[in-house]
Amino acid sequence: MVSSGDEQAVPRDRDRNPLYWLLLVPIIVPLLVPLYNGDGPKLFGFPRFYWLQLAFILIGVGTTTLVYQLTKGRR
Amino acid sequence: MRNHITEIVVFTILFLGVSAVGFVAARWRRPDTLAHLDEWGLGGRNFGGWITWFLIGGDLYTAYTFVAVPALLFGGGALGFFAVPYTVIIYPMAFLVLARLWSVSRQHGFVTPADFVRARFGSPTLALVIAVTGIVATMPYIALQLVGIEAVLKTMGVTGDNALARHLPIIIAFAILAAYTYRSGLRAPALIAFVKDTLIYLVIIVAVIYIPYKLGGWGKIFGAAEAKFAATPAPNDGLVLNAANQWQYVTLAFGSALALFLYPHSVTGVLASRDRNVIKRNMSALPAYSFLLGLIALLGYMAIAAGIKPLAGATAGSVDSNTVVPLLFQRMFPGWFAGVAYAAVGIGALVPAAIMSIAAANLFTRNIYREYFRRDATPAQEATVSKITSLVVKVGALGFIIFLDPQFSIDLQLIGGVIILQTLPAVAIGLYTRWLHRGALIAGWAVGMAAGFWMLYVTPNVATKRAHFGGSAYALSHLGFDTKVTIYTGFIAVILNILVAVGVTFVLRAMKTPDGVDATVEDDYHVDQPRTEEDTPEAVDVNL
Repeated sequence: MVSSGDEQAVPRDRDRNPLYWLLLVPIIVPLLVPLYNGDGPKLFGFPRFYWLQLAFILIGVGTTTLVYQLTKGRR
Repeated sequence: MRNHITEIVVFTILFLGVSAVGFVAARWRRPDTLAHLDEWGLGGRNFGGWITWFLIGGDLYTAYTFVAVPALLFGGGALGFFAVPYTVIIYPMAFLVLARLWSVSRQHGFVTPADFVRARFGSPTLALVIAVTGIVATMPYIALQLVGIEAVLKTMGVTGDNALARHLPIIIAFAILAAYTYRSGLRAPALIAFVKDTLIYLVIIVAVIYIPYKLGGWGKIFGAAEAKFAATPAPNDGLVLNAANQWQYVTLAFGSALALFLYPHSVTGVLASRDRNVIKRNMSALPAYSFLLGLIALLGYMAIAAGIKPLAGATAGSVDSNTVVPLLFQRMFPGWFAGVAYAAVGIGALVPAAIMSIAAANLFTRNIYREYFRRDATPAQEATVSKITSLVVKVGALGFIIFLDPQFSIDLQLIGGVIILQTLPAVAIGLYTRWLHRGALIAGWAVGMAAGFWMLYVTPNVATKRAHFGGSAYALSHLGFDTKVTIYTGFIAVILNILVAVGVTFVLRAMKTPDGVDATVEDDYHVDQPRTEEDTPEAVDVNL
């Protein structure tokens, strides 16, 4: 990821920001099976296996949105 | 068939309406000329956030997905729910990688992933390997979209006595699809995706509110599924995972996520977008489809609770579990709304089928035709070749369905997921480093392919009584381990692939084997601006 560094007319997006490490959270959490592989507690009749994994979608959306918003202006 | 008239009428009207949209699309965001791959094959490389959202959503979440994932839950329970973690982790994983791919492709005018590999590693051979892998993996995927339509037609009672009569509606549907894709290129699926996704969202939201209400609530639905799985002798079904299949679940979700954006049609959707922010923004907006998919998956349990019995399959004694969702709609909805739901699935098949055929055609044009037959092809000639190839690809997919057992397409798609993953080192790792030697990448690919095929071949399926290609769960007991644990075949294959690529790279570097010229520089991976004349030095044309 080392570059010459001369910024010219062409805008560049460096993709170098510690905030990007946050993206690891929604990658790792949904792969931790013991976290959700069970029946209870139930939510609206959904076993934990189902409602918790659907809830992970919110973690994914939240994290990517946060990272995008916090990094988009910095070039 | 007489009972299904309302469904068929609604289905036909919506289907024809969408076809008209496909033809009109040629005039949408009209370019000076469509005779250029950037226009025909990538919609002008100028799609904004919303169009990209509908396009990629319509592309990745296919009709087959909507039919097959609930069928998986219907048949086996929890394991089929892997589709949810899979489509959660894909977006944060792809967030930065796709932005890099977009930038370097914009800077150099790449149309396909193989274009990138060609320039990055200076190896037409490696590019050919990537292109052929992409085409082979995509073909059965297109055929599967037809399986999705067929499940719907079958449920509506549209069947015939002989092969031709049975397949006639699909042949007509595909002929229309081929005609408007030929004419409008990527603009057609992009515009149709709006209709398709609106219909799908409508149907699913109604379904997940109305059907549980009719069935007595979610608790009853899960209870019925639990009772069904408890009564079967199969060890690996159930509402939650067990010790033997949870590694399969994790590796399948992870491996599928790695594979998704290696598929040529996903790359096509990404490269069609206007700038990096469109891609990054979509990585947080696309999970809306994942939520939808999670709800759709649960239709499989609703079908259990409603006592649905799947229709007979192509061979005697088998059942076509892909019909459970259409049958559920039929049981629960009034005829006209079932028709809307079927149209959503049918149209849902057309969008990905169109994009996939365009992607496969672009691969052929750029990495085979241009590379090996006509080095000096003009943009107009490229567009023409791509248009014709897209027709050939569709006829091929149709042939798969008409002349072969649909099971064959399902097997091939299973293989397709495993083999497309073997392009990971060259395409995805290649975006970050070219340390891996081009020769080593080919060696790793070959080993990954061979290992993947072998593992799929030795996997039986007890439920369908098949000795080979019974699924993607590779039992570690084959390797002599005393365990019931299974792991996703593609995951093992790509690990072997990477290990071989690294090992052979050390050898080739030690032998000082030439490793080609990199036509890209690090700055290319960060470009964020539409290409202008000034930005395109002549070197760009020499690269490809």
